[in-house]
Amino acid sequence: MKPIKHVFLVFIIAILFCSCKDTSKDTSASSSDVTTETQSTERTGQAFIEDDGSTTVLSIAMGSKDHTTLVAAVQAAQLENALVNAGPLMVFAPTNEAFAALPEGTVENLLKPENKDALANILKYHVTPGNYSKDFLKKFKKLGQANNDYVKVEVVDGEAMIGGAKILASIKAGNGIVHVIDKVLLPPTE
Amino acid sequence: MKKILKSTLAIVAVFAVFTSCNNADKSSNSGALSSNNAEKVYVAPGEHDSHYAFISGGYSGNLTVYGLPSGRMFKEIPVFSQFPTNGYGYSEETKPMLETSYGFVPWDDSHHPDISQTKGKLDGRWVFINGNNTPRIARISLTTFETEEIIEVPNSAGNHSSSFITENTEYVVAGTRFSVPVPQKDISIKDYKGNFKGALSFISVDPEHGHMDIKFQVLMPGFNYDLSHPGRGKSHGWFFFTTYNTEEANSLLEVNASQNDKDFIAAINWKKIEEYVNNGGGTMMPTEYAHNVYDDDTHTATSTMKKEVRVVNPTEVPGAVYLIPTPKSPHGCDVDPSGEYIVGNGKLSANLTVHSFTKMLDAIKNEKFAGEAYDIPILNFEGVLAGSVEQPGLGPLHTEFDGKGNAYTTFFISSEVVKWKLGTWEVIDRKPTYYSVGHLTIPGGNSAEPFGKYMFAMNKITKDRYLPTGPEMEHSAQLYDISGDKMELLLDFPTHGEPHYAAAIPAEIVKNNSRKIFKLSENEHPKKALSDADTKIVRDGKNVHVYMTMIRSHFSPDNIEGVKVGDKVFFHITNLEQDFDVPHGFAMIGARNAELLIAPGQTRTLTWEPQKVGVWPFYCTDFCSALHQEMQGYVRVSPANSDIELSWSLGE
Repeated sequence: MKPIKHVFLVFIIAILFCSCKDTSKDTSASSSDVTTETQSTERTGQAFIEDDGSTTVLSIAMGSKDHTTLVAAVQAAQLENALVNAGPLMVFAPTNEAFAALPEGTVENLLKPENKDALANILKYHVTPGNYSKDFLKKFKKLGQANNDYVKVEVVDGEAMIGGAKILASIKAGNGIVHVIDKVLLPPTE
Repeated sequence: MKKILKSTLAIVAVFAVFTSCNNADKSSNSGALSSNNAEKVYVAPGEHDSHYAFISGGYSGNLTVYGLPSGRMFKEIPVFSQFPTNGYGYSEETKPMLETSYGFVPWDDSHHPDISQTKGKLDGRWVFINGNNTPRIARISLTTFETEEIIEVPNSAGNHSSSFITENTEYVVAGTRFSVPVPQKDISIKDYKGNFKGALSFISVDPEHGHMDIKFQVLMPGFNYDLSHPGRGKSHGWFFFTTYNTEEANSLLEVNASQNDKDFIAAINWKKIEEYVNNGGGTMMPTEYAHNVYDDDTHTATSTMKKEVRVVNPTEVPGAVYLIPTPKSPHGCDVDPSGEYIVGNGKLSANLTVHSFTKMLDAIKNEKFAGEAYDIPILNFEGVLAGSVEQPGLGPLHTEFDGKGNAYTTFFISSEVVKWKLGTWEVIDRKPTYYSVGHLTIPGGNSAEPFGKYMFAMNKITKDRYLPTGPEMEHSAQLYDISGDKMELLLDFPTHGEPHYAAAIPAEIVKNNSRKIFKLSENEHPKKALSDADTKIVRDGKNVHVYMTMIRSHFSPDNIEGVKVGDKVFFHITNLEQDFDVPHGFAMIGARNAELLIAPGQTRTLTWEPQKVGVWPFYCTDFCSALHQEMQGYVRVSPANSDIELSWSLGE
């Protein structure tokens, strides 16, 4: 409980400054800046509209039992708003099993706050601005991904393979499409 | 648990004290939470906003006038669309404004307003705006706030990379989005590649009256020309156009136009081409395009069909056209206030690419070419690159500048505006928009001298921002204070139509020029009536011309007899008022066009074709006076074979 007491103290001090604001405008101005800053935008935006009634590539992933790791990763990287935009967006969604197949400790490591950028880069490598059915994807040789890299598209046994991953299922969303894949796509390293 | 509750309560109490304290000191810039922002956008009753914003109406075809920072809408100016609110495009005087080579086209998709400039600074004389669909450029007067001129752009289709102004308003430039056969002909769409052309039109602007004339069109390879901006300062004399679909695909562009890793920014040395043309260069090509001009003295527009246009092939003028490789289907093409940096925003890229004008000149001089396309040299990408902003967001679209060395770019997919520094390319700040932002505007933000206090983002999606109004909602815009290091969101406001782009300007440059009335002494309308003595009715076969006046609170004449079924009645009505803001309206029962709203000193004509025998009323629609409800009249309509003579009267 001690920290709370400290917080309490800080605010008492704030009251004091505030009540004598007429004589010390600068002080209260700086405290207002702090207040504005703490009104974080991290959890605002289109992803957090309630009762919207439309499905998005994000809401589909969030509703899937097979994608809890992916959703946790999206949340850790704070990419929610990027996935609810008008798009169109095509998300290649690796299953929990696909994440589990990565070398031990990889996911845990990526979920650490200090690796947010690396995680975001990998996740954005799973997102294409576009909306193509599994069949239609066969028309492509490569896809330009949201992290600025390309992922290769090959046709193996009459099916499109995305960066070596197989499409297990496809779910249409209001703002695009989710292709469930069996492998995590790793961006090319320079 | 209890302790936590107590603490929370205490904190809430503290906030209550804190905010109430702030309310006691409204004039102070200090304070907390939203009350501070409320002050920043509050324009007290009777006070004026500090800036005008001219926001395009997109598919409304019009231009709306807003005040900043309040976000209040002052006026909708009809441009490309008929407007029953005041009769624009319905009255005989304004119908010619909407004539095209395709006939009367009463709507368009208005996109990019741009304010006229002198020496790179906004001069507040005119706003130009493009009609995207049936290619046209309009000029709107900032003294009358009315559309004064519309010129059609031939050989163009999807007039998107328009209408941007060179730094002394020498030209308003219009580039085609679609490439098409030039001249048009009946060929297979499959023959696109190599056969279709993209016309970039340089429309000269007469410095005194603003009248537009197509000086020349550069017939470029069959790419899609997306957006453009002029060079300024050191790069004045050049114009830059982003291109996509350099693959020259004619189907399924979302796949086939994204195959090349890089498309181009086309750099056009228009001064060089201008010189070539002035010396007789180029070819006059037969074509057809309408040029419509409105005259403030006759209060009447005329439409002229032009029959030829001068075209120039880029290879005819060596050293005038180059292609700068730019990653991934660049959309926005923005030039910083100094003219050094050309920002190309690859809409499928995560990075922003910035080219250097100095390096471009060097690459041209030293022939650092990477190849050529249709004999146009392609400059070496690295040779021109100034730098890139790495992964600032997703889906970059448009960039504007604050004049303090910073750039602000919108990101559609990640729904945000990112502030970054020119030269170091570092990201300084980012703020979300609500939602899916397209363009942004800083007053003067695409000129040599931005005014840089405010920035507003124009969004494509509204969702929960306002009270819901069914499936269709007005788009939202957000106003930010950009005077500090960090952007601060101040206000949400709805916009009308599709607010595609906007131009904004400090109010003091414009407001004192705003016209209050049209002087009756300067009215040169051929069918004006300046007094009761001028009022009359003249029959010309089936056409009946009524010369009428209106003043608080009657029409003269207000009793008309002798009109017959099958006649076409032209009400030529002059508003005799000479007081500011006393328009009168005119509405005729059963009129199948619109009402008229007639400004003080103006003459307007409404046509009416009576269908039925009887006595039919007309009245004033604009609440003009205490006796507004008395401002009315009757027209007696007799059978077609009746021999009742025309007669008219007032107060008899």
